[in-house]
Amino acid sequence: MSLLEVRELTVAYPVAVGLSAFFSRRYLVAVDHVSFSLPEGGTLALVGESGCGKSSTGLAVLGLLEHVEGEVLFRGRDVLRMREKERREFRRHAQIVFQDPYESLNPKMRVRTIVGEPLAIHRRRGETGRLKEALELAGLSPPEYFLDKYPHELSGGERQRVAIAAAVVLQPKLLILDEPVSNLDVSIKAGIMNLFRDLQDQLGLSYLFITHDLADAFFLADEVAVMYLGVAVEKGETDEVLSHPLHPYTEALLSVAPGSGREKLILAGDVPDPLHPPPGCRFHPRCPRARGRCSEEVPPEVEAAPGHRVRCFYVSRGERDPHLEEPKPIH
Amino acid sequence: MAEIKEAFRTSPFGKAGLAIVGIFIILAIVGPYIAPYDPWKTADEIEDILAPPSWAHPLGTDELGRDILSQVIHGTRITLIIGLSAAAIAVVVGTVVGVTAGYFGGVLDAMLMRITDSFLSMPFIVLAIVIVSLLGRSLGNIILAIGLVQWTQAARITRAQTLSIKERVFVLRARALGAGPFYIMRRHILPNVLPLVFANMTLVTSLAILSEAFLSFLGLGDPTKFSWGIIIRYAFETGAVSIGAWWYFLPAGICIMLVVLGFSFISNTLDEALNPKLRRGQVVI
Repeated sequence: MSLLEVRELTVAYPVAVGLSAFFSRRYLVAVDHVSFSLPEGGTLALVGESGCGKSSTGLAVLGLLEHVEGEVLFRGRDVLRMREKERREFRRHAQIVFQDPYESLNPKMRVRTIVGEPLAIHRRRGETGRLKEALELAGLSPPEYFLDKYPHELSGGERQRVAIAAAVVLQPKLLILDEPVSNLDVSIKAGIMNLFRDLQDQLGLSYLFITHDLADAFFLADEVAVMYLGVAVEKGETDEVLSHPLHPYTEALLSVAPGSGREKLILAGDVPDPLHPPPGCRFHPRCPRARGRCSEEVPPEVEAAPGHRVRCFYVSRGERDPHLEEPKPIH
Repeated sequence: MAEIKEAFRTSPFGKAGLAIVGIFIILAIVGPYIAPYDPWKTADEIEDILAPPSWAHPLGTDELGRDILSQVIHGTRITLIIGLSAAAIAVVVGTVVGVTAGYFGGVLDAMLMRITDSFLSMPFIVLAIVIVSLLGRSLGNIILAIGLVQWTQAARITRAQTLSIKERVFVLRARALGAGPFYIMRRHILPNVLPLVFANMTLVTSLAILSEAFLSFLGLGDPTKFSWGIIIRYAFETGAVSIGAWWYFLPAGICIMLVVLGFSFISNTLDEALNPKLRRGQVVI
């Protein structure tokens, strides 16, 4: 059974536009019917550019957002509909590491307090041995050296390791990694990425890895889901998706990744205003393959190859398999 | 903390404020031991009634022949106690209201802020007069009355700061950990609003000292204690101004002015250090 099963997750934000907000509420749909599953011990990468809804997905999975629909099943229990006590238990098993370690650590707290905070909140104050253990796990040794430091006394990489130590101190099952290396120098980044791998081996963690960097996704993830404007346009095993992208957006993303060796596909225009998403396929205004139908119908999700799903009417005109053009919808 | 030290190091006003307030605090502590006379002791000789300054009475005597220097020295303690305690009540009430309103938002925020507005819209001295008249003229009641009219500023400041801090990622992280609202307010919001609260408290202290002088002058002071306001009230009742007994009202008046100025200097310096809009060494008086 998968550890985390997300079904038709939709996240909206109320938008206040001047006086009109007074009369009617408008909503920006940041995540639109996204589904995926994450097996125990596995890693799923949510890939996409900023504003595509990947961070909102992560926060919604933790039950931290309002205006959320769909189901988030953690070990079969719906996080969005849990009672207070059950949710508390869930919070012990699911933790998050944020992008910016300068923002995610309270500047007035020492490392000891930051890493001990999960223990304090979950009334396990007695287990201070875990504190040092967690710091060592996160690669901060000797732990005694770091315990009484304030965040401003640490480097960016060390701060992120403190955030990671705080995230694993309760020995969780699921870790949401929200762009955890995007704010770090390249030299530090590699160390942190390796740390995630080691932690997964040692603690059996499952990662929901949110990133805009395909190379990072390739390094860490077993599976990827590519998001565009709140929609998961392509999903599948990492190797499969990255070597045989089916969706034109994935192709374009891959082509501009450094060292891809592909011909660069520069997309026309910008990501549309999410308040007024284009009709039909959300990608059609920028899509090199778009035809009449793309602006009228929403493409359904189809399984183009085993485990490889895509939302596009005209997949794989490439060298892979000519018969795949216009595959039959699976629903 | 580093910014605060730096601000006091570079600002002559900040240093002057610390010096003035420091001297008066020392005076408040040791005052009763160094005062030359018992401030309540009346004169035996008729010449000692409303006597101008002399070697025996450096600041002269009042209409009962009591030593004014001793009254002013004793008054320092009472005045500072009133000022600091009232300011403490004001910032505690204000911080609780402000942080609660800011963190929970919505209807609670709207309600608390309308209450704050209604307090702000009333002339505070009138409100204080009403409270003291209702509760009676004791030291505790005066402190309470001043505290209860001066909390609005702290509420506004802490609410604004809370609104900004609650959007920070470390608060989101605490929520993800399962922390409740009271834990977050206590451990994450409060430590980050306290510096501002502290700066506000110095300002409120000077306002409280002025308010006390005002109330006492209007005859609502505690008649069993010598505060500077009470001394001026007695001088007024005696007609010291019209008979030219300047030594009676001037010392207490100057002391009030100096202490208020001292606290204002400190408050401005703290503001400069903590308020990003005022940084870059502009002197604001």
